[in-house]
Amino acid sequence: MIEELLRFFASPGYREMTLTLLGEHVYLSLTPLVLGALLALPLGRLAQRHHRLRGPILGAASVVYTIPSLALFVLIPGVLGTPLLSPINVIIALALYTAALLMRPVLDALESVPGHVTAAATAMGYRPWRRFVAVELPLAIPVLISAVRMASVSNISLVSVGALIGIGGLGGLFTDGFERRYMVEILVGIVLTLLLALVVDLVLVGLRKLLTPWSRASKVVSEP
Amino acid sequence: MLEFRSVRKQYENGTVAVQELSMSAETGTITVLVGPSGCGKTTLMRMVNRMIEPSSGAVLVDGTDVREFDAARLRRGIGYVIQQAGLFPHRTVLDNVATVPLLSGCRRREARTRAAELLDRVGLPADLGRRYPAQLSGGQQQRVGVARALAADPPVLLMDEPFSAVDPVVRAGLQDELLRLQEELGKTVLFVTHDIDEAIKLGEKVAVLRQGGHLAQYAEPDALLAEPADDFVTSFVGRDRGYRRLSFRDSRRLRPEATDTVHIGDTSADVPSRAGWVLVLDAHRRPRGWLPPEAAVDGQLTEDQLVAGGSLHVEGTSLRGALDSALSAPSGLGVVVDGDGGYVGVVTARQVLDLIEEHRSSVTAEGVAP
Repeated sequence: MIEELLRFFASPGYREMTLTLLGEHVYLSLTPLVLGALLALPLGRLAQRHHRLRGPILGAASVVYTIPSLALFVLIPGVLGTPLLSPINVIIALALYTAALLMRPVLDALESVPGHVTAAATAMGYRPWRRFVAVELPLAIPVLISAVRMASVSNISLVSVGALIGIGGLGGLFTDGFERRYMVEILVGIVLTLLLALVVDLVLVGLRKLLTPWSRASKVVSEP
Repeated sequence: MLEFRSVRKQYENGTVAVQELSMSAETGTITVLVGPSGCGKTTLMRMVNRMIEPSSGAVLVDGTDVREFDAARLRRGIGYVIQQAGLFPHRTVLDNVATVPLLSGCRRREARTRAAELLDRVGLPADLGRRYPAQLSGGQQQRVGVARALAADPPVLLMDEPFSAVDPVVRAGLQDELLRLQEELGKTVLFVTHDIDEAIKLGEKVAVLRQGGHLAQYAEPDALLAEPADDFVTSFVGRDRGYRRLSFRDSRRLRPEATDTVHIGDTSADVPSRAGWVLVLDAHRRPRGWLPPEAAVDGQLTEDQLVAGGSLHVEGTSLRGALDSALSAPSGLGVVVDGDGGYVGVVTARQVLDLIEEHRSSVTAEGVAP
């Protein structure tokens, strides 16, 4: 097995192909992650502020998430008129999934900010928008990032499905390996997908630590 | 001056939080809004900084309707201390205090310098400024809350049950601290609480509110205890109001008397032969406890031979403390101390009661005089 793996990586052709697919996989999974988060945030804010919109927004999110990914990849060119085999279809589809997946957690994250803290911010003289950016958003970060971690794993695994329409990053290794009954190629694809998910997750954990120094501050309570 | 002019608040679902209420709070004084939950006290207070708009009526600050100001700007000029402090968990203590100056466009350095001064003013060490709120005790958080409200030096201060979440000992300390600060700063303070004792301790005037936002009585605390307007106020100010009223009677006319005293470390030879209790002092003449009658002293007198003393009455403070000192002392003699805690003399409950009776007859005599 190890020998076969070594042989796989010894071949410059395979090496180059794997690297290209890995790059494509990163691009295809992380771009929609960012776009989806940017879409979910204002929608979550809207649902938080206007109770009447909450039901429809969350309902729409659930509906989007139940559409099979392959169907969505194929549907998007039909709806938006994009070229059938363009990576943009995968990106749009995954951005929609990300947004749908993040919808509920974003709402929860925004609602997790204690009421007395937002009331205090209002009483200090924050205007609503500035209060959102300076107080509510930073305090929602821990919950938001947990949700983004979940969505990143989901995206990284979903990208592979795109291989069935020819745009699937490391998923290309699965289809190629399957056609040629080459197990090693499939194995490399699986391991790299897992590693990528792991690395992105670690980056997100690091990002959370960077953005929330207060949550790690140790308790040193002393009465005056 | 803060003025409520027949303000009324009715919510969309029909509940009336405040009912046609008019009252005014004098500049430079602490006015307390007190009442059970659901009496509309917080609603009333939040009308001042427009966090709640009245359905009808008006709130005036120094004669100007608050609706004439831009809400956010108005709020930056009114200090607000909220329940549970409401500090921003993601900002250091110093940046929390600097919030309002920064919002008003102050430079960061300037705002932080000002914040550091305020931490000192509310009695917090400077190195606390670098911590996050979660690293502070409840009492410290409340102090930071007060410092933050004072940061922009607002003439008006709103305090919404600021001390309700801390334990009674810390709360008493914070209340004393507020009174001390108020002496220095002379703000117009509107203070909301559900605790009548807190209201009576802090308020120069106290407004008692009843469920549904009715003003049941608005009076000085002494008057509230002496003449509650109706059954609701009577039951709300509670039992012991006659006793509690003694808080407003000073004890200057009380004449402490001498009693036998000995010092810690004295030998049996120094201890007078006696049939009564003997007060034991330390080297600084501070009372340590009592030696029971006929107690034998072997060698030197030590602390563990003593019976704990009662509460101490500081000279010139209220009769309530004087009476309590006598009632709580094992000897029946209330110990009077000076401002530094040094022994002055003792008083009996009889002396305090005589003083009360004397006062009553003089008031009655005045009352019937032509």
